[in-house]
Amino acid sequence: MYLYDEIDQALVDERVVQFRDQVSRRMSGELSEDEFKPLRLMNGVYLQLHAYMLRVAIPYGTLSSEQMRKLAWIARKYDRGYGHFTTRQNLQYNWPKLEDLPDILAELASVQMHALQTSGNCIRNVTADQYAGVAADEVADPRVYAEIIRQWSTLHPEFSFLPRKFKIAVTGSQNDRAAVKVHDIGLIVKRNPAGELGFEVIVGGGLGRTPFVGPTIREFLPERHLLSYLEAVLRVYNMLGRRDNMYKARIKIQVHETGAAEFTRLVEAEWDQIRDSAVDLPAGEKERIASYFVPPRYEISADAADVLARHKREDAGFARWVDTNVFAHKAEGYAIANISLKPIGGVPGDATAEQMEAVAALADRFSFSEIRITHEQNLVLPHVRKDNLYALWQTLKSYDLDTPNLGRVSDMIACPGMDYCSLANARSIPVAQAISKRFADLDRQHDIGELKLKISGCINACGHHHAGHIGILGVDRKGEEYYQITLGGSGAEDASIGEIVGPALAYDAVVDAVETLVDKYLAIRTEGERFLDTYRRVGKDPFKEALYGAA
Amino acid sequence: MTQQVISANRLSDGLVVYLASDDSWSEWIARSEIATDEAAADALLARAKWGEENRIVVDPYLVHVAEYDGEVRPTKYREFIRATGPSVRPDLSKQNYVRAAKG
Repeated sequence: MYLYDEIDQALVDERVVQFRDQVSRRMSGELSEDEFKPLRLMNGVYLQLHAYMLRVAIPYGTLSSEQMRKLAWIARKYDRGYGHFTTRQNLQYNWPKLEDLPDILAELASVQMHALQTSGNCIRNVTADQYAGVAADEVADPRVYAEIIRQWSTLHPEFSFLPRKFKIAVTGSQNDRAAVKVHDIGLIVKRNPAGELGFEVIVGGGLGRTPFVGPTIREFLPERHLLSYLEAVLRVYNMLGRRDNMYKARIKIQVHETGAAEFTRLVEAEWDQIRDSAVDLPAGEKERIASYFVPPRYEISADAADVLARHKREDAGFARWVDTNVFAHKAEGYAIANISLKPIGGVPGDATAEQMEAVAALADRFSFSEIRITHEQNLVLPHVRKDNLYALWQTLKSYDLDTPNLGRVSDMIACPGMDYCSLANARSIPVAQAISKRFADLDRQHDIGELKLKISGCINACGHHHAGHIGILGVDRKGEEYYQITLGGSGAEDASIGEIVGPALAYDAVVDAVETLVDKYLAIRTEGERFLDTYRRVGKDPFKEALYGAA
Repeated sequence: MTQQVISANRLSDGLVVYLASDDSWSEWIARSEIATDEAAADALLARAKWGEENRIVVDPYLVHVAEYDGEVRPTKYREFIRATGPSVRPDLSKQNYVRAAKG
């Protein structure tokens, strides 16, 4: 893992001192709310429905056990004993007091964490594939580039007041687990025919009220030009992006209105001016940063796979968890273990302080003290010896962290919705819980296979509903909660935006509707087809008819 | 007849509060002073400004309420959730959480 140097630490520590002073000036009346609000937002502090909310950055979703323990400790001491992991690989506390927030930020700084750039019109916390550095299907570790981007973008003076927020995601694999095509910039690490590393650069994807799958503006950007090229994209956006209309201010609107070809030309022209300037990393710097991400010293265990196979034979529950939640690791004898934060009927992404501590302890025992957060609101232990999986699973069971539902219908993304969020028009969490309970039977979930269901409580789409195989969007109809269903979206390498299937449904009708859609799929699927494949083969009409009757 | 109360978030801890008739801010909507016409609502809002200027609360505003079974409740669901707590965490509802915290 990356460790702060004195520059990183000083920057974060100074920010805590600054914020302490700002809070004290707000409490004394020296600052009005209008003056204070942008300052608190620069430190990840929102005012939500019930209380303040603090959004803590977890850069590219990588966390040490020590950091996780600190998050648990803060949840217990300053909050109400839990936290919410988000689609941005961040953690949100729902109940911090303003008067405690300087202390909370100081506690975070003591373990090299902060809440910088988790709000505001700046480059937000960079996200990445949660299997970075361990996936068998990876070209190169995206965390190295994500960390380079983090350092470059942190308090970048030119990009601190962009037209709107800006999100960058990086993956090192062709199997996209970071939803790079629906980000402001998505980077896919690649090798060219000569074997050199570089990036496919995707710009102008996004969800929200105007969703787009981003176009590729460069098939191959040599690795050494990463920062100058990003800078060129940001400059074009910063100059031309619309500041007159918040709803048209994201880069996706600009790319769409300008056209991808013309936008690319503008970026390349800007890049020509700066490509050989000092913006790119000096020689050796990439290697220095990469040295923080060298793999741990894996142990060779000749019979790890055999031990795992025996445990699977002896315990069907364990076998199911392994088959669903465990992913191939690139090191012999190791596996990637996903920890679902979607127990049946639970709140997607929520973890109690006890669960966080349990995961931290398990990471120490079994995963070189490392933890990952996924954009699908789950946790990952990235390096578990195969013969330790059984012991890991047994402990997970006692903390309700063993649900074998990764990628299944109950593994939903759901935003906090109207239960917490002041922007929401409808609740998301109870809808997710009701669907989860309806499909509680795991045999049925496994028969259904991969099904990505995503729920947002408003058009801002924090719950990624546009990218759901089944998407659910909460809307307000004259004070009543209604839900619009979209079908056929994907946030993966085959990215697409879901299509609205018909009129919005009342709260009480949503679970039945999901079941109707799933039953229709089961009735018409062919061998090996996922829900999404069937939808793409047959189109909207059979599903629409199942939901609303024949036209 | 339209009934309105004043709600805001408390500056120090962000919690949802309501303006009571003695100009104090209560976590309980039941304690709020109810305005029964627009003139009374405007007067209430003017009194609430004092709480804002004195840094007790942030952004006070009027909330429509009605009486259901003798209880004052917001008419909009969003305000109902603010008054009672997240619908998905009954253990954290205002009543339960405050009671548990006080032992």
